[in-house]
Amino acid sequence: MAMMRYAEALNQALREEMQRDPSVFLFGEDIGRYGGVFKVTKGLMDEFGESRVRDTPISEQALAAMAVTASMTGTRPVLEIMYADFMPLVLDALINQASIYEYLWQNVTMPFVLRTQGGGGAGAGAQHSKSLDSLVAHIPGIKVVAPVTPADAKGLLKSAIRDSQPVVFLEHKLLYNLRDEVSDDPDLLVPIGKAKTVRVGADVSIFATSRMVLESQKAAELLAQDGISAEVIDLRTLRPLDLDAIIGSITKTHHAVVVNEGWRFCGYAAELSATIMDFAFDALDAPVARVTLPDMPVPYAEPLELAVLPNAARIADAARATLK
Amino acid sequence: MKNAPSLDEQLEMHRKMFVVRRLEERLGELHKVGKTRGPIHRCDGQEAVGIGATAVLGTGDFVTSTHRGHAHYIGKGVDIRGVTAEILGRATGTCGGRAGHMLIGDRDKGMIGGNAIVGGSIPAATGMALSIQVRGTSDVAMCFFGDGAAQTGICHESMNMAGLWKLPLVFILEHNQFGLTVHHSVQSPVADLSIRAAGYAMAAEIVDGNDTVAMYRATATAVERARRGDGPTLIEAKTYRMQGFSTSDMGGYQSEADLADWNRRDPIQVSRLALADSVGTERLDQVEAGAVAEVDAAVEEALAAPLPTFELFTRSSPYATAPEAV
Repeated sequence: MAMMRYAEALNQALREEMQRDPSVFLFGEDIGRYGGVFKVTKGLMDEFGESRVRDTPISEQALAAMAVTASMTGTRPVLEIMYADFMPLVLDALINQASIYEYLWQNVTMPFVLRTQGGGGAGAGAQHSKSLDSLVAHIPGIKVVAPVTPADAKGLLKSAIRDSQPVVFLEHKLLYNLRDEVSDDPDLLVPIGKAKTVRVGADVSIFATSRMVLESQKAAELLAQDGISAEVIDLRTLRPLDLDAIIGSITKTHHAVVVNEGWRFCGYAAELSATIMDFAFDALDAPVARVTLPDMPVPYAEPLELAVLPNAARIADAARATLK
Repeated sequence: MKNAPSLDEQLEMHRKMFVVRRLEERLGELHKVGKTRGPIHRCDGQEAVGIGATAVLGTGDFVTSTHRGHAHYIGKGVDIRGVTAEILGRATGTCGGRAGHMLIGDRDKGMIGGNAIVGGSIPAATGMALSIQVRGTSDVAMCFFGDGAAQTGICHESMNMAGLWKLPLVFILEHNQFGLTVHHSVQSPVADLSIRAAGYAMAAEIVDGNDTVAMYRATATAVERARRGDGPTLIEAKTYRMQGFSTSDMGGYQSEADLADWNRRDPIQVSRLALADSVGTERLDQVEAGAVAEVDAAVEEALAAPLPTFELFTRSSPYATAPEAV
């Protein structure tokens, strides 16, 4: 075990998988010589060369489509899309290409990973602060993960690279400097599709991913001061969902709060809410509460941005409301 | 370097063009009597482009195609019976009826595959060429696309990277003059799109797209260049779409004079003329009759084949949704 930052954990995952499998290669904007704008690919071009760690032109649409077909023909590409806000540029590659071929052709696999980072809180403005989880989680045939801890970041990225299906790997700009213990066992994987209970509780279940897990844990502290016992579930994978973990927790607490940093209308929280209704309606004592960004652009100035981002206080308020 | 087809290869290209033409004509007839499903995009008049270009490829080479891919499928060696059954939505089709005529893919033949998002075939082949380069093999990727697709942004992105990285890639611009109903003069300020290649430091050639031998020669040179590691080539094949955009096209925008002019340069007639002296018309008639019989048998077989049945997904399938997986 070693203490390291989230960005360093991702870097270690990439390095280990590239050492293990020569078909793994990285491409994206500014990822080579510079090591990535968030330094996730630092030092990898020096170690693996310019063919396997490739700086690219600013061409997201083509890059994503190329990841799909490169993965179909013998390599395991890991593409970095610098901001999740640019995901609309790559949606054709995901929706009209990657999503369909395993069904249509059946004897092809598409083992590529599309890494990106989203989320607010850094003053990056309306085009560099969004969480567009639902846009990608909506697509059949694509797995979506969003780890919050450095250990999960490493283990899930390794799993994603080894997976035979497309994986969108969602990072968060405010998590890159988060430090925690990470295993140095190169064979330790975190399975895709498995949630983790990060706080055990009895009164209300809070479901979140990525940075919202940290806010949910803080919310659970606030609720504890009021004598409310909140369970916090880090879903880790947005698709495929760990239904057993969700149903199991609600069966115990009978109350659910779903948290997502993206928009509310047709958002990821809406899907979670509907899924809970599908599978755990009888266990619920109150409607599912949603905590999301309001349906508006992320503003720039600090007080404006903080006024709209989901946070611990709002999550705690939502939990209290479901318990009334 | 070998860049001229042998007589046998030339005759085989002739046969394959005839197979494609017969297939298009049969599909046209079947559409009229309501036996096809959805729009069909025929490539009558353009056969020489796909057949000539794919004739120089090996099984390990990859081809990406468009919504108008019948000549590309047949050229790359996909079984005519599977293609026909797929177009007719049968369980015996290349893709079990899941794909339809615009999206046929056959991994074993390196045809992956049809693409009905205009421009989609371009980055698809570029990604395959990148994969080849990273793995360090001598295969090549080939991309078919039209003059309509050449106007997409993703075409520029792909060509720029292909030129930048000297990818083992051959771009076949099948210039059939129309993007759906709109003439190329209304879509681009230049008649010869291949002049763009200079901006990507890429070799380029304009070829008579109605002449299989010309297509074969140009493509052979381009494929050799790609295998040597000397980068991509843009081949602009000038041709003409004799039928409408699809079977749903109501027409009225192609000039009679143009149609008559291009009909005189029908690629099958061009090929027949080129072969007549060396193999004789009797042999040509024989080959053509064989092609007709093969297609007709494929059509009859497909019409008699069962329709596919829908099967639920297993839990391990990427398409298994949560409710079915529980």
